[in-house]
Amino acid sequence: MDSVAATPGDDSWSVAGLTFRSRLIVGTGRYKDLEETGAAIAASGAEIVTVAVRRVNLGDPSAPMLQDHVDPKQYTYLPNTAGCFTAQDAVRTLRLAREAGGWNLVKLEVLGPPPFLYPDMRATFEALEALLKDGFQVMVYSSDDPIACKRLEEMGAVAVMPLGAPIGSGLGIQNPVMIRAIIDQAKVPVLVDAGVGTASDAALAMELGCDAVLMNSAIAHARHPVVMARAMKAAVEAGRLAYLAGRMPRQYAADPSSPLHSGIIGKN
Amino acid sequence: MPFGARFAMFRPMGATISITVNGETRQIAAGASLSDLLAQLGLDTRKVAVERNLEIVPRSSYPATALAAGDQLEIVHFIGGG
Repeated sequence: MDSVAATPGDDSWSVAGLTFRSRLIVGTGRYKDLEETGAAIAASGAEIVTVAVRRVNLGDPSAPMLQDHVDPKQYTYLPNTAGCFTAQDAVRTLRLAREAGGWNLVKLEVLGPPPFLYPDMRATFEALEALLKDGFQVMVYSSDDPIACKRLEEMGAVAVMPLGAPIGSGLGIQNPVMIRAIIDQAKVPVLVDAGVGTASDAALAMELGCDAVLMNSAIAHARHPVVMARAMKAAVEAGRLAYLAGRMPRQYAADPSSPLHSGIIGKN
Repeated sequence: MPFGARFAMFRPMGATISITVNGETRQIAAGASLSDLLAQLGLDTRKVAVERNLEIVPRSSYPATALAAGDQLEIVHFIGGG
């Protein structure tokens, strides 16, 4: 990264052959209504949005649909398997998503039980294997475990997405050392997914060197979601620039910014 | 109108079969296709995906997919989610 011209316009990232300028991926759930969803996503500057797959409400087929407020031609829909607790459910959900949307790039998550909904890695590996055989390009939600993330990459995941903290907890990056270790060893994009609570959490994730950050509740559950979406956009950009700039070394003593010995009162 | 829908309209009244759609039992004209069902439900086929007895039905096959008594259908779409 030494020769990087650190202007946001030059700084794109790629996954599965697609290139993006925004390093913020946002979920589309938990908003007050679809109008607010659309407004917050526009304010976030995100180019990829995660979406869920659920049964159509047959009682009200003309109810407004997500596509009416978040245009699939404008945003890359990333179907995910939120709410799946078995490999079989996750694979079934993504096969339906592929048919509904017509694309192969998906997000896999297989969750363990409440209260933590921590990734069930054994089930995740099983689902990933089936999805890869079926031709999917899979971004994978993972525990913040360098060995698990390496394994996912070796199997063929197109991106690994360790959690910062439990889904929807807003606790921020709880394990920055391991996130950093995952980033240092990875040959595919690393995204921090889940746990971001406020802008500084997103900036920290980017300063650690991850390729992008994925969040939903931090925006949707803010008092003013559209304002928080703008904050997250700025934070992700700031964190990315700080990473590219390379932070100064930490030291445990003062190092004054102004010369101490050449002032009017100084002794030369 | 797809061929299957026209066909269904000329069936004798009352010849229906029972199928399950998204967990609810429904009656539909015997010989109806999946296209007929989706039209009857008022769904935009470009925005949904259908699983029939745990197998995905490709969108291009809706008109040619004849529904059979006891079929289990799941009709899904994208909603907001993390």
